[in-house]
Amino acid sequence: MPWSRPRRDHRGITERSDTTGPQRGAGVPGPSPATGQVLAPPGTPSAPPCPKPPGDAKGPPPPPPSAPWGEGQWWPTTGWRRHGRQWRFGPPGFGPHSRRSLHGPWVRTRDDRLFAGVAGGLAKKFGVDATLVRIAFVIATLAAGVGLPIYVAAWLLMPLEGHETSIGAKVAKDRHGILLALAFLPLTVATMVLGSALGAAYISTFAWPVFLCAAGGVLVWRNSDPDERAWLREAADPVVRLGTRPERSWRRAAVRGGLAVALLALGLSFLLAHHARPIGPVRAAAGALLVLAAVVVIFGPWWLRLVRELVAERQARIRAEDRAEMASRVHDSVLQTLALIQRAAKDPQKVVQLARAQERELRAWLFDGDIPGALGQDVTSVAAGAQAIGGEVEEAHGVPVDVVTVGDCPLDGRLRELLDAAREATVNAAKWSGAPRISLFAEVEPGRVSVFVRDRGRGFDLDAVAADRHGVAESIQARMLRHGGRATVRTAPGEGTEVELVMPRAAER
Amino acid sequence: MSAGPDGVPRPDRHALKRRPRVFLVDDHQLFRAGVRAELGDDVEILGEADEVPAAIEMILEREPDVVLLDVHLPQGGGLAVIDAVRSVKPDVRFLALSVSDAPEDVIGIIRAGARGYVTKTISGHELVDAVRRVAGGDAVFSPRLAGFVLDAFASMPGAGAAGAPAPLPVDPELDQLSSREREVLRLIARGYTYREVAQELSISVKTVESHVSAVLRKLQLSTRHQLTYWATERRLV
Repeated sequence: MPWSRPRRDHRGITERSDTTGPQRGAGVPGPSPATGQVLAPPGTPSAPPCPKPPGDAKGPPPPPPSAPWGEGQWWPTTGWRRHGRQWRFGPPGFGPHSRRSLHGPWVRTRDDRLFAGVAGGLAKKFGVDATLVRIAFVIATLAAGVGLPIYVAAWLLMPLEGHETSIGAKVAKDRHGILLALAFLPLTVATMVLGSALGAAYISTFAWPVFLCAAGGVLVWRNSDPDERAWLREAADPVVRLGTRPERSWRRAAVRGGLAVALLALGLSFLLAHHARPIGPVRAAAGALLVLAAVVVIFGPWWLRLVRELVAERQARIRAEDRAEMASRVHDSVLQTLALIQRAAKDPQKVVQLARAQERELRAWLFDGDIPGALGQDVTSVAAGAQAIGGEVEEAHGVPVDVVTVGDCPLDGRLRELLDAAREATVNAAKWSGAPRISLFAEVEPGRVSVFVRDRGRGFDLDAVAADRHGVAESIQARMLRHGGRATVRTAPGEGTEVELVMPRAAER
Repeated sequence: MSAGPDGVPRPDRHALKRRPRVFLVDDHQLFRAGVRAELGDDVEILGEADEVPAAIEMILEREPDVVLLDVHLPQGGGLAVIDAVRSVKPDVRFLALSVSDAPEDVIGIIRAGARGYVTKTISGHELVDAVRRVAGGDAVFSPRLAGFVLDAFASMPGAGAAGAPAPLPVDPELDQLSSREREVLRLIARGYTYREVAQELSISVKTVESHVSAVLRKLQLSTRHQLTYWATERRLV
């Protein structure tokens, strides 16, 4: 069976979402997406008698796509999620209630982050450069100390990309954490009183932002996700290590520590001397710079490493996405053809014909860049594409396809992907369902294009699908997700199958 | 309808008590023989004709319950048959049966008065069921017809289609599909049988039938400029 479900080889860098449905294969009990909703209640007279399970020995042998790209495949932010009564395979937050605003959502980014991804997320949201946002934060912090609290507040209130809830939402339920945070209040008051008693107004100025941040930090630490906490731990690592663990090279650590202490002392003496009268701007700036230099000397190397790791993570993700894309192409073309060849083994003529056609297609892909398993460039509209798919599947597999289209619009890249997924679903239905006929319905609405592929064949158990099969998971679901759409499969053994594919249309300008 | 043999409720409570009496009009001898064989004993076949004048004459003479009518016929086509018969014998019902998937043919013959439209790829069981339904006064929508109707009613001003001509003053009752009707049509277009549509929407089969009949009525009575415009536009494409 080509129908398969997503493999979960996360390699430790994917999403760990708190909102995922049952983790398949993880032994978590719970309603299965497949049986949780079936096409029709048992006993529906609509299902043609089809007692043979898909894996029956008498049935056609499943093709052996040995998943050449199988290892190390993952796609971010995907999983089974429940939306009302429906299970959907989609990125978290995808659903009837998630609306993307014009500039994107209020989320902390994963791709472009130095700390929590707040600046990167804001930059994406408002379409400005992330560095500008960071500079703004730094200036706001140095000026009156407000930048830091704002940052921490944003950390609390903006969900991480791919998550539905923010840390702040969880904080609301964390009574102990709130008590801990409130404990900073008397500390703040005491410090400010002490500061004014000593006549050092700047202590008061900076006391409340610092303590606000500390309180926020505690709440973040207590309520963030495991992966984010791991990241925080790593971030705090050098500070902890300075106190507890000796560095590999004592001399290096000593030099760095000494330099930092010297710079810090110098800077503070600039800032703190003559506290009775206001210090001049040049002196203040020099002091601040020296303190900053001390911080850079201490934390610089480690920050550098952190940035390097973040870049590596992003590259790995992009590579994996490319590979997934390629895997679905290969599945649609080469693996399909190999399966057909196995079935036609007794007919040399047909085998030769299939092999020739596949060779042509593969050459066109490798050398001319024509994407295999994709609609020809001569197909330019959704309705024409649906008709083409119907005709093609009918021809290749001998199963009539009833194509019904409502409305029409020109194809763009995403709609081509939608049709490719629809073709894959139709091919699957033709090959495996055993249904005498397949319905393919495509509807173009102002905001989106939906395609339904329905058969009344044997259906299958989404849970029982072997993990190394590509059809549903890779060619259909992951493909739809990669391009911003979604795929819903409704099936159960004996109930037939309906695949619903929805792709939002690009806004018409 | 593309229902499997078991997807269709066989004993139709809306059918006539006796076997429906059917008249066949098609210009292909082979096809008529095929339909005869498929309908078998479930219906009573009164006769068949392969051209318009003969068909009109024999239908008026024999008064069948249902005429299975090919859309494309020599000397005038199915439309001519419907026009001639309905003015004299309004009780004779027509079920269009065609290989043609051209929307203007389909919509045209429905607007002329046919109670339904099925493609010639329909299975014997489904055809018998469709004939029974039509004989019982219900409408028969194939997925394709449902799609056409959705399309025709969607491409009206206000429904979001661009490039439509300025709307004429029209009867809103007849020119709009209700959202429920739209839902029903959408499911039929997706290949659901009436029974499955009923299950999906948690309504009775009877309600589905009445929705479909209402759509048919709108389709036939609507004076919408849009329908004509839509058909014309399609023909040009």
